[in-house]
Amino acid sequence: MEAVVLVVVIVMLLSAVAVLLFKDFLAALAAMSVVSLGLSFLFVVVRAPDVAMTEAAIGAGLSSLLFALALRRLGLWRGQ
Amino acid sequence: MDILDNNTILYIAAFGLMLIGISGIVISNHLMRIIFGIALLEAGANLLLLLSTYHEGASAPIIVADNIPTMMADPVPQALVLTAIVIGVGILALALSLAIRVQRAYGTLDMREVRLKLEQEISDEAGIDMPSSSEKPDDIAKVPLNSVVQQESGS
Amino acid sequence: MRRFTAALFLLGLGVMIAAIYQHIDFSNTAVNAGQAINAVAAEETGAANFVTSVVLAYRGIDTLLELTILFTAAMIGGMVLGRRRVDAPRDPDAGFILRTGADLLFPLLLVVGLYIILHGHLTPGGGFQGGVILAAAFFLPLLARPGITLIDQRVVSLVEGLAGATFIIIGLLAMFDGKEFLTPLLDKGELGALISAGTLPILYLAVGIKVGSELAGLLAHLAEAEALD
Repeated sequence: MEAVVLVVVIVMLLSAVAVLLFKDFLAALAAMSVVSLGLSFLFVVVRAPDVAMTEAAIGAGLSSLLFALALRRLGLWRGQ
Repeated sequence: MDILDNNTILYIAAFGLMLIGISGIVISNHLMRIIFGIALLEAGANLLLLLSTYHEGASAPIIVADNIPTMMADPVPQALVLTAIVIGVGILALALSLAIRVQRAYGTLDMREVRLKLEQEISDEAGIDMPSSSEKPDDIAKVPLNSVVQQESGS
Repeated sequence: MRRFTAALFLLGLGVMIAAIYQHIDFSNTAVNAGQAINAVAAEETGAANFVTSVVLAYRGIDTLLELTILFTAAMIGGMVLGRRRVDAPRDPDAGFILRTGADLLFPLLLVVGLYIILHGHLTPGGGFQGGVILAAAFFLPLLARPGITLIDQRVVSLVEGLAGATFIIIGLLAMFDGKEFLTPLLDKGELGALISAGTLPILYLAVGIKVGSELAGLLAHLAEAEALD
């Protein structure tokens, strides 16, 4: 279990750094989704299934949708 | 893995997310990245709040009839985080719509340019010069707007 | 210079957080409220999911205020974005696959969302999670066919207001009964049955519908805003 948690945390922190470093905002958005999914796994680990569900639905789903819509409106939607 | 037990890893994750989020807010100039930083900071804070009452070996605070476990996780921080996540998405939506307005009004999302244009606008409205040092020497010509931006980004 | 300052700032922040971590024994803080609630929640509210008990019964007024915050944020978001011009260009129409997929997913998402809301007092899930799924369900057709009006905006506002009013009225009914605001009413029923826990499922349904309509309205507003390019 510890090894799995360690791997998830490393992936999460790396993609959190990637959110700030990626030039392409679409890629940053994808990395943000990865952070949210990793976080929802960690919520399951700390025995909070309700919160994990909320994070998966809102953090990984709805926020990404909001960000995607806003990027489209802002003219930053350039997937290369 | 004797120093890296489960708790330490989780705390590193929470503090790391908060640290990355704060650095995103402070260092970036682009408004979108600042909003991303806010989202990351919020995620780290949520995890830290949940961790504050986490005991290893506790079970989720849900019971199946006649089977009450001896130790259950604290439901109060979970309820707080539940509401915090939902409020977070509201804040996010508000921030994004404000960013769209900024883009429409100033044509850019770079905070340095937005600040310069804002100051220019204010001083134009008031009919005075751009705010600058109070002991400005008279013989130096007014620096055009673009060169100031380049100077700041180059330093 | 700027990079250097930023790195120095981050270093300081990291050292500060590490110092805090050294000095506070986070996991062993004495928090008694949670254990006390765990001991009595099953008898007092009749909900198998204690988080639901806390969200709707023990800290119900928190949830009410949170809904207010969400409402305010959605309203200000709508105000800030403003109306679109009549002649503003629309997004290109979605392809065949997205259209068919949206049609297929719409009823499924509706069922899943309502299931999660109605089982909020038994299993993980509830009004917030299910409400988000409902919002996604109503936004999907808008994504597939830009420009259609699935439901009139006034109907959405009406539903949202009614859901919020239901939440407050149930809270006030408890006060008429001589109890405190938002005390669970009705029969507690059998622990773990679908119809149990008194008014909690109704409250969660109100929360779900309110959150769903609010977020759907917000998404529709963002999608309606004019694209720049």
